[in-house]
Amino acid sequence: MTAGRPLPHDSAALHVSGAARYVDDIPLPANALHLAFGLSPEAHGRLRGLDLDAVRQAAGVIAVFTAEDLRFANDVSPSVHDEPLLAEAEVFYHGQPIFLVAATSHRAARKAAKLAKIDVDPLPAIVTIDQALSADSRFEDGPVIWQNGDVDNALARAAQVIEGSVELGGQEHFYLEGQASAALPQDDGDMVVHSSTQHPTEIQHKVAEALGLPMHAVRVETRRMGGGFGGKESQGNALAVACAVAAQATGRPCKMRYDRDDDMVITGKRHDFRIGYRIGVDGTGRLLAADFTHLVRCGWAQDLSLPVADRAMLHADNAYHIPVMRIESHRLKTNTASATAFRGFGGPQGMFGIERALDHVAHVLRMDPVDLRRRNFYSGPGAPRQHTHYGMEVEDFDLRPMVSALLQRSDYATRRASVDQWNRENAVLKKGLALSPVKFGISFTLTHLNQAGALVHVYQDGSVAMNHGGTEMGQGLNQKVAQVAARIFGIGPDRVRITATDTAKVPNTSATAASSGSDLNGMAVKAACETIKSRLVQHLCKKFSVSDKEIRFEDGKVKVCDQVFSFADVVQAAYLARISLSATGYYRTPKLSWDRVKGRGRPFFYFAYGVAATEAVVDTLTGESRILRADILHDAGASLNPALDIGQVEGGYVQGAGWLTMEELLWDDDGRLLTHAPATYKIPTARDAPEVFNVALWDGENREETIYRSKAVGEPPFMLGISAFLALSDAVSACGPGYADLDAPATAERILAAINRVRA
Amino acid sequence: MTRIPTRTHVTTTVNGDPVDFLADPRETLLDCLRDKLGLTGAKEGCGTGDCGACSVQLDGRLVCSCLVLGVEAEGREVKTIEGMAEGNDLHPLQAKFIEHAALQCGICTPGILVATEALLKKNPDPSEEEVRYWLAGNLCRCTGYDKIIRAVLATARDLREGV
Ligand code: FES
Ligand code: FES
Repeated sequence: MTAGRPLPHDSAALHVSGAARYVDDIPLPANALHLAFGLSPEAHGRLRGLDLDAVRQAAGVIAVFTAEDLRFANDVSPSVHDEPLLAEAEVFYHGQPIFLVAATSHRAARKAAKLAKIDVDPLPAIVTIDQALSADSRFEDGPVIWQNGDVDNALARAAQVIEGSVELGGQEHFYLEGQASAALPQDDGDMVVHSSTQHPTEIQHKVAEALGLPMHAVRVETRRMGGGFGGKESQGNALAVACAVAAQATGRPCKMRYDRDDDMVITGKRHDFRIGYRIGVDGTGRLLAADFTHLVRCGWAQDLSLPVADRAMLHADNAYHIPVMRIESHRLKTNTASATAFRGFGGPQGMFGIERALDHVAHVLRMDPVDLRRRNFYSGPGAPRQHTHYGMEVEDFDLRPMVSALLQRSDYATRRASVDQWNRENAVLKKGLALSPVKFGISFTLTHLNQAGALVHVYQDGSVAMNHGGTEMGQGLNQKVAQVAARIFGIGPDRVRITATDTAKVPNTSATAASSGSDLNGMAVKAACETIKSRLVQHLCKKFSVSDKEIRFEDGKVKVCDQVFSFADVVQAAYLARISLSATGYYRTPKLSWDRVKGRGRPFFYFAYGVAATEAVVDTLTGESRILRADILHDAGASLNPALDIGQVEGGYVQGAGWLTMEELLWDDDGRLLTHAPATYKIPTARDAPEVFNVALWDGENREETIYRSKAVGEPPFMLGISAFLALSDAVSACGPGYADLDAPATAERILAAINRVRA
Repeated sequence: MTRIPTRTHVTTTVNGDPVDFLADPRETLLDCLRDKLGLTGAKEGCGTGDCGACSVQLDGRLVCSCLVLGVEAEGREVKTIEGMAEGNDLHPLQAKFIEHAALQCGICTPGILVATEALLKKNPDPSEEEVRYWLAGNLCRCTGYDKIIRAVLATARDLREGV
């Protein structure tokens, strides 16, 4: 069986030989132009004057564009038309694009862009959460509030109420391939765009608007990205539109790629949060009520902030049944880059809130944190079902057996004892051990996005070409989906050609996001393949006067009763009999109903689960820390490809741990990003990954009818990294009687401060 | 003011082949490889020597080609990812990276392979700690590194045992 096998990524041989082409590697005609933006030097202000003479006269410059030169829409927002490609009268963040240079080389364009005289009359800049709150600077009239029961009443009756507040930093995507795009003018005004994007249809839409063309005149192609992580869901719009506008104006191919510093300054990042919590418990550690406040720093434009903040609210319970709950979510508008999608899409922040609160509760109650968590888990299969705070029944809660299995595999109890012993015997290095679970909802919360299309061709020689709306960013989506097609036709996956995502082949697609890639596109490809297969079957039934039950497709052969044909021969015969060998496929996720205003319904088709235990060590003299060991059990349903899925789990965990332990974004008081290069912004390296890393997939299958009962695996493992943060908190707690009260990321400075707190 | 010539003729060897190109003396070796020689296997991840995506070997020494000027290649031997396989035969490291699923988006992969090949030439029996330290200058945002480290150690073992 092809689906389910741990086959290598379809591009692996190209990757290892340096032959895999990313956008910047695509050869362009010699007359191609290279673009760069001129950026705002202020976080907020009125644009008083713009002297571009020196830019125009610089070597290699062919054209310069400002907002006034744009003939059609000046907008690259994925949501509410509030994000001009080039600033008009006012600038809203430091690094906002103001003008566009087209030159004969990348370097010439960047050098010229620096020669502008930009005169900005500064206005007060709102940079921090506190500044935004006091100015009441926000995207909606007031906070979004969801309540389930009367939280004040329930807290008043609780045996104990634990209160706190935690800061949670943002995160730079640091996809190793920076944003890149290229536009090539075609006959009759059409435009072809290559873009490193998770959302080709959105690029097509924005480019068409900017060129004053119908969408059918714009074709967008994405072969692969060098990492996306949500950072290429909307942030590629500006580059693609810039290339298309410049290409239309000059008639020459145009390419743009952000240099790393520009990429980090211009593009949005993960939303940073401040989360306030009040948790009511009974004498045995059972959660009675929780009251959360999410203060979300969204940046200057709306982008995807509202659904991100919603998803944070949807994950405020994580894996725990909390009978009474209230969440207040403030979506704050600041003069910083517009925060955007990032793996987990708000889910990690929401989940971090409850996990950090439980860490606090366990400390106050002097309870084992694992016991506290298990006591409050949702009911498992067999027990009466419970509902989440937004009213969705939890039908498939597998975490109880998963946690038991992980505790055993990781030898948790013994290691807990030896960590405690170590801490009694060692004064300088303190160790910590912590476990955290993940329950992550799968589906776009904007219900209409849960649809997908595919186009499959079978050629006369029996080879198959497959196209779908999903994009490849390293997750191995194409490989998984090709395995689906191969399974249906009973052929080897090498007979299935994976082609670049192309808006001319499959239209109106959703972003490859929300972990939905293989769920949606796998099903759409399956539908297309089954259409073709049923035509072949019908043809064979007629030809051999047999019933369809007597026909089997396997091992590259088609068996009709006791006769065996090659797949290619059957296809050839069907072609001669004038049977169509091409089909589209379509899928929409069932069972969804969601009212986002009320915060009620079933936003998710199902949940994906995981659990991680992390051991870490802290140097109490320097605050430095290290992850010693991580054990993970993750639920990918009946995995479509265990090798690729385990890769997602490992990469997700390390990225999540990086977010909470070392990746620190700093802005100065004037709203300038200080950490805008890898020299100052530290993502995990080979030395930071866990020294011992045991990762396994849970042996289960999706109870819902997903593609071969698999589960989405892109985002959920990211949140397993929360256990690394909790392990550090545990290590700090070993330094004294107080609560660590650690903020994230737990940098050396923060750890040292926390150590002083617990000792005080 | 010293006059900087706008173009310099550079004669060098890339992956064993003699090549020559005209370079602006301010151009990096990375840009020359990518833009003039069409060798796009080395990638620009940062341009500041912090990510290792642009790794190549210069006279057998591992360098970040974003920190070397194209003109510095004059008379020297450059080895890039494109020269790692012998014809259709992958280098054992390349084969192991595929076997261990030690790549995802693949954009860090050329740099990591060039870097680890340099390591194994210097030290055919590296400890895990040594591999981690050696690769600390090669960022990967996708994999979490574990499979990369396993693949490197497994290749080293195979090569030592003559598999
Ligand atoms: S591009 Fe040379 S080290 Fe990053
Ligand atoms: S595989 Fe994507 S950066 Fe390493």
